[in-house]
Amino acid sequence: MATYQINVNGQQREVNVHPSTPLLWVLREDLKMTGTKYGCGISACGACTVHLGGIATRSCIVPISHVGDRPIVTIEGISQDVVGRAVQEAWVEEDVVQCGYCQSGQIMSAVALLKHTPKPTEKNIEESMGGNLCRCGTYPRIRAAIKSAAMQVTKGGA
Amino acid sequence: MAARIRSAELSRRGFLRVSFAAAGGLVVSLYLDPSKAQEAPLPPQQPKVYPPDAFVNIRPDGKIVIQVNRLEFGQGVQTALPMLLADELDADCANVIADLAPAADVYKDPVFGIQIVGGSGSIAHSFQQYRELGAKTRAMLVAAAADRWKTTPDKCRTAASVVHGPDGKSATYAELASDAARKPVPATVRLKSPAEFRLVGTKVKRLDSGAKCNGSLKFGLDLDLPGMKVAVVAHPPVFGGRVKRFVDDEARRIEGVREVFEIPLAKGTGVAIVADKFWPARQARNALKIDWDVTGVEAADSPELWTKYRQLGQTAGNVAASNGDANAMDKVAATNRIVAEYEFPFLAHTPMEPLNTTVRFDGDRAEVWAGSQFQTVDQMAVAEVLGLKPAQVTFHTEMAGGGFGRRAVTDSHIQREAAVIAKRLRGTPVKLVWTREDDVQGGYYRPMHFHRVEIGIGPNGLPVAWRHVVVGQSLLMGTPFEAFAVKNGVDSTAVEGAADTHYNIPNLHVSVHHPKVNVPVLWWRSVGHTHTAFVMETLIDELATRARMDPIAYRRRLLKPEAGKLLRPLELLEKASAVWRNKLPRGHASGVSCHESFGTGVACAVDVSIENKRPKIHRATIAVDCGLAVNPLSVESQFQAGLSFGLSQLMAKGAITLKNGIIEQRNFDGYVPPYIVDAPVAVDVHIVPSAEAPTGCGEPPVPVISPAVVNALSRLTGKRYRTLPLVSI
Repeated sequence: MATYQINVNGQQREVNVHPSTPLLWVLREDLKMTGTKYGCGISACGACTVHLGGIATRSCIVPISHVGDRPIVTIEGISQDVVGRAVQEAWVEEDVVQCGYCQSGQIMSAVALLKHTPKPTEKNIEESMGGNLCRCGTYPRIRAAIKSAAMQVTKGGA
Repeated sequence: MAARIRSAELSRRGFLRVSFAAAGGLVVSLYLDPSKAQEAPLPPQQPKVYPPDAFVNIRPDGKIVIQVNRLEFGQGVQTALPMLLADELDADCANVIADLAPAADVYKDPVFGIQIVGGSGSIAHSFQQYRELGAKTRAMLVAAAADRWKTTPDKCRTAASVVHGPDGKSATYAELASDAARKPVPATVRLKSPAEFRLVGTKVKRLDSGAKCNGSLKFGLDLDLPGMKVAVVAHPPVFGGRVKRFVDDEARRIEGVREVFEIPLAKGTGVAIVADKFWPARQARNALKIDWDVTGVEAADSPELWTKYRQLGQTAGNVAASNGDANAMDKVAATNRIVAEYEFPFLAHTPMEPLNTTVRFDGDRAEVWAGSQFQTVDQMAVAEVLGLKPAQVTFHTEMAGGGFGRRAVTDSHIQREAAVIAKRLRGTPVKLVWTREDDVQGGYYRPMHFHRVEIGIGPNGLPVAWRHVVVGQSLLMGTPFEAFAVKNGVDSTAVEGAADTHYNIPNLHVSVHHPKVNVPVLWWRSVGHTHTAFVMETLIDELATRARMDPIAYRRRLLKPEAGKLLRPLELLEKASAVWRNKLPRGHASGVSCHESFGTGVACAVDVSIENKRPKIHRATIAVDCGLAVNPLSVESQFQAGLSFGLSQLMAKGAITLKNGIIEQRNFDGYVPPYIVDAPVAVDVHIVPSAEAPTGCGEPPVPVISPAVVNALSRLTGKRYRTLPLVSI
């Protein structure tokens, strides 16, 4: 066991866990932030996506010992961001979700996409969202919501 | 309306329930207390009467809480069922809250007689039930208002949770609730005509979206109870294997590990690890050294099974359908016959939320939290393991991250595992987690199937004789469902969609072999239609091509006149797809299919090209006849997304295979479902206008897509695709 100071959604948090513990499980079990989901544990499904140092990252394969002082943003904190809020609102407006389990990860990937590429093409969407699995198959509405959020963000000048 | 989101601390809901009841201001009635419901189950009555007080709670603050009698896991019942009730109740929609009901007799499916999500029956079976609940509650509120104003109910009208009486009098539902609760439940009640619906038939957005988009919604796996422990189980490498011995010194040294012990499984035995948290439990499982005993256990092997299945398929099996002249084929010249053999592998469901169940055993009572499609069966299983009566097991229905059939298992193996572990840790809530590897390797797959079809073609290009042999494990033999779904050695779920085809084939013979194989199998969204629709719709397309006819025109010609559920969608599809189907770019081809399942007819057209040696689906057009579409937005969404689920079986790595009894795939690296790049880019859905009773839309999207895509590929390459998955094209 070791003690780590991490910055989650702008707050300093202290956790005492084994160094091998993936960030995903620290968030879910130690910090009780269960919006970030476990889907595969091998970075193949994207359900655990968070922003680590501003980059969309699969938290299931990042040991807590590798996090360092990079800020972490999770689904619980993404509404504080202009793009994050626009994406969440577009998701609701476009009625994207079905079971909803993968959608935290989808939203985190979509926000990362729009932050770097405010006007994404279909190809950009396929590349950035390409590792986020949705077994319900909500992909057509994910595309629609990303385009709608992009319009919103561009219009708002964010 | 809003979906009720379970608060982080579970006790709060119980507290609310008690405090409101104690406050006396309550209501048409209180939340049904699950323990009471099970101690005093309602006597079976004909016709069934559901007291609205188990389903509707009109609170003093004006909120109307509606209990949804089945699991929500994406299919949209938590929105659609409350819509039905709220419409008849004339409720103020902004104040409707939908809650997932616990296991209780009163929440059993009116047709199936158990609490279940299955057979795409949620709306079909509860359409009348939820409307009556709303109308009866409304009648009681009106009766209470009429009493208060010394008038008669016919002088009152209702709108937006308010009763309006003569002389401008009005009272809110919340004000009338206590009085209404003392009124008798009317035996009969007039329901709205379709023209009177305000909500039903309109596009209503999901009630649970907000909480699913900000991370606040709690799924079963997110459950956190005071003192809770987490368990994982080491399962045998071959189904039915047993623990010979195990060494756990290293596992026990991992900080946070509490217990390591052998447990019985549905088949064989395993080793359970209980820890404070998931990560130490998983690490400890990796550190376990287990010697397995697999003597006397059949080691299933995919290549060997295919050899056996192909051989079985050469002769007729138990007869599922025999229409016309059994010897009609002999009268058709060899040049006018097609012989086609198909292979379908085992498929895993892999819902996004890995399987889990939490159980706390207190000696004379137990509490269960599970995202279950099968509450009645799972509750009984937990009770049996713990030596309790079902009434002593409080069973909470948790929101589930997908399921597709995987959360309705006749042997309740997940709940049994969880109960066995909880029994040992009496008083401590234990959350059993199946990792993704457990899920992919743990069995309960869509069975592998072999089909052999011989078709004799008449002079007009239409089939005159059709001999069809299906080989595959039975889903239902040996389960409590055997009695009504297995007849004369035929499991109807293996031949549905073929033996009962709506095509007019004068001489049709369908038979089936059900080999016994040591691999647990289970229904997979749309069940037998997953393979039968593929066989039927690719062959019909082949016949249309041979006859040089348009694939839609050919199908309309061949369908029986009474197959309106398919004829209407085909007609609609023809119109809706005309804008793009006849002017495709170079390198693109269209593919068509149609199939009826669970009473819903679907026609599908896709625009496909080949990119990076894989099918690229630029567009799909869907036409559907599901009777009255209760929530057209939900119907649209089910189809847009459900197509991707159906595409699972075309994926290059879309198969579960066995070598010497061991599953060769472990996770989403070896068993790869469709990602965004594999899904249709856009899907337009067209609903046949209808006032007929609604039928389901959970499963019917699945069967149509794979044959439509493959039919397009055949047009592009000239090849036929009869072996799934599509490893190459």
